[in-house]
Amino acid sequence: MKLHYAWAAIAVIVIASTAGDVLLSRAMKQVGDVGERWRRSGLVSVIARVLRNPNFIFGLLAMSAAFYSLLFGLSWGDVSLIAPASASLTFVANAVAARFILHERVDGRRWAAALLVAAGVVMMAI
Amino acid sequence: MTPRKYLVLAGVTVFSAAGDSLLSVGMKQIGGIPLHDFRHLLLAILNPWVAGGILLLIAFFASYTSALSWADLTYVLPASSLGYVLIAFIARFGLHEQISVTRWIGIALITSGVGIVAGGPSLTPPHPVVRSAAPIPSSAASRGKP
Repeated sequence: MKLHYAWAAIAVIVIASTAGDVLLSRAMKQVGDVGERWRRSGLVSVIARVLRNPNFIFGLLAMSAAFYSLLFGLSWGDVSLIAPASASLTFVANAVAARFILHERVDGRRWAAALLVAAGVVMMAI
Repeated sequence: MTPRKYLVLAGVTVFSAAGDSLLSVGMKQIGGIPLHDFRHLLLAILNPWVAGGILLLIAFFASYTSALSWADLTYVLPASSLGYVLIAFIARFGLHEQISVTRWIGIALITSGVGIVAGGPSLTPPHPVVRSAAPIPSSAASRGKP
């Protein structure tokens, strides 16, 4: 039963952190290159522009949800299962989400990288 | 990709690894925190290791979001995973911990994944038919400044 809870926590972590990454990425693309914007109109204006972006706020909320699910997950299951399983599944989920939601061109090179990194995270944990 | 942008990506890697390490040292000093009692969690910030770790993770978040402003998510994410590799190297050569064979294999897999992505473009056009659009000026304006 505890194992079911652990995998439920992993699923919530993966969904929340993927949603967070996608929303943050979309927000920052809307904001534009922060380095150039900083040089043109100053740091305060960049920060104000980022904080006014609704995608950024929702992304931040999703990231916090993922972080708290991780804390709760760690109270139900082993860190050696939850941390690597959620981290590596998040890499694969992010590649899928980037392709179909952000419409990034995830070519063979990037699919391979997502799978290699995900496998590497698992290997480092066992 | 300019040197400044590689510096931001290096910041993503270094700040996440250093922040996680400081947090881990601090939280081990404090000991277990009951999840239902948030006062313990607030008191944890008073520990200098934890405070330093939080500052570094804020720096990580700043470099992560600024990298996302000019690079694809699937380009930035592998850079953040290089932090695991950095932590392992610090543990092996700084703290003289033993690293198992499977860990070295994991390090090799992550590093090769990052290498594969880094060899490609950092930003891909959002729609398949954008090729007729004007090429993006690679921050030529900034280089012209004194």
